[in-house]
Amino acid sequence: MPSGLLQLFTAIGEIIYLTRASIRELFKGPFEWRLIITQLDLGGIDSWSITVLAAGFTGMVLSLQFAIGLEPFGASMYTGKLVSLGIVRELGPVLTALLVGGRVGSGYTAEIGSMNVTEQVDAIRALGADPVRKLVMPRVFAMTLALPLLTIMADIIGCLGGLCITVLEVGVTVRFVYEQMVETLEIVDLLHGLSKSVFFGYLIGMIGCWNGLRTYGGTEGVGIATTRTVVFISVAILVSDFALTRIFLAIYG
Amino acid sequence: MAETIIEFQGVSKSFGDKSVYTDLNLGIRRGETLTIIGGSGVGKSVCLKMLIGLMRPDSGTIHAFGESVTTLDEKGLLHLRSRIAMLFQGAALFDSMSVEENIKYPLVEHNWGTRAEMDKRVDEVLDMVDMPGIQKLKPAELSGGMKKRVGLARSIAIEPEVILYDEPTTGLDPVNVRRINGLILSLQERLGVTSVVVTHDMDTVFTITDRLALVYEERIGFVGTPDEARAHELRYLTEFIKGGRGTLSEDL
Repeated sequence: MPSGLLQLFTAIGEIIYLTRASIRELFKGPFEWRLIITQLDLGGIDSWSITVLAAGFTGMVLSLQFAIGLEPFGASMYTGKLVSLGIVRELGPVLTALLVGGRVGSGYTAEIGSMNVTEQVDAIRALGADPVRKLVMPRVFAMTLALPLLTIMADIIGCLGGLCITVLEVGVTVRFVYEQMVETLEIVDLLHGLSKSVFFGYLIGMIGCWNGLRTYGGTEGVGIATTRTVVFISVAILVSDFALTRIFLAIYG
Repeated sequence: MAETIIEFQGVSKSFGDKSVYTDLNLGIRRGETLTIIGGSGVGKSVCLKMLIGLMRPDSGTIHAFGESVTTLDEKGLLHLRSRIAMLFQGAALFDSMSVEENIKYPLVEHNWGTRAEMDKRVDEVLDMVDMPGIQKLKPAELSGGMKKRVGLARSIAIEPEVILYDEPTTGLDPVNVRRINGLILSLQERLGVTSVVVTHDMDTVFTITDRLALVYEERIGFVGTPDEARAHELRYLTEFIKGGRGTLSEDL
């Protein structure tokens, strides 16, 4: 087997193992409230600004493009429809995941990786605790919970941005675009996007932690691992987005 | 002679294609201070990590207090780690926590007792390492020597029977080296613990050692008292003890 393929399968195996261990730790013994809330705060709440910024401008530029692109067909009126669908089903979940993934996932790898190369991960075990319980589980759980919530926010802000620009560019009323969006969006569209973001959240937490735990080679190793995490998370999100979209289209229609 | 409480038998360990141990045999007796010496990168720390189950040997057995470490389950390992504590090379204090939270960490994990009892224990162990009143500081505010001493306080908090020291004096100034050596000795006398010290600092070796073991060619090349070591004919050992003074031949 080529070594690249072997590495991929090893990585998938390790991630499945770590996932199983995290799920076990989540339900075993007292619930780790404090650790999970800390991670929700650091990874979730602190990511709101970047989410708002990205979603707002994406909605704006999207409606700009549609308003002008649909003009020759006399269909600029439908800009609000297209923008809201595009944001809620696709761009909201994926852009949020990519940005938060870069921000939070790399942070996880840097922190756990540094702990690993300074033997703090070994120390956790030597002092009678479990690194999966103390480090991995709270982060993965927090991210899986936080990303869908961030995505809802991104959806709202994205649509708002789209609404503003549509009104300015197409010359329709706010009320018109608003009603058009409300009419267009169905609950399955939201479910479709949120289901994906739950999985993306898990991917961000898991890849960040997994790559941190396998960091070696001092501070240089931490740098390499952190960079890799950003690439791994981005690729994983983009590839799984396609697969998940295909699956959810089959489920939700 | 005191009973042997820890025993390595025929242990081998390799990382990838780099073999570290092929046939490691070593017994550690109750109450003694055993130092493990050897060149850099020969796997002295690996030996300590295998002993508390942080690494698994490829083959062979390790017994501690009559139990086989390699076959212990999670619960068994937890109990073992309450009896054998380890001081890591860089102290491995948790950066995100204060000194107090660091020392409480093992107390919480091993269900030491009430909050007040834990607070009292933190005071006690900080006194033992001569650093009272620094509970609220963060590890980043401490010097290298202070970190080691806090790390030591954290290791002894749960009253272990055996303490493993991974290069406790490496990278410290002479004053701190002497202070750490003094602490190792006084803990030995006051608490009656067994100490296993990995080092390549010969001053440390001769200050604190009852017996020393030399890692040489992927096994223990020599075990004995410092006096026996001086008289031993193994060239590598005598060179090591002299600290590289004298003639050092290329083939070493």
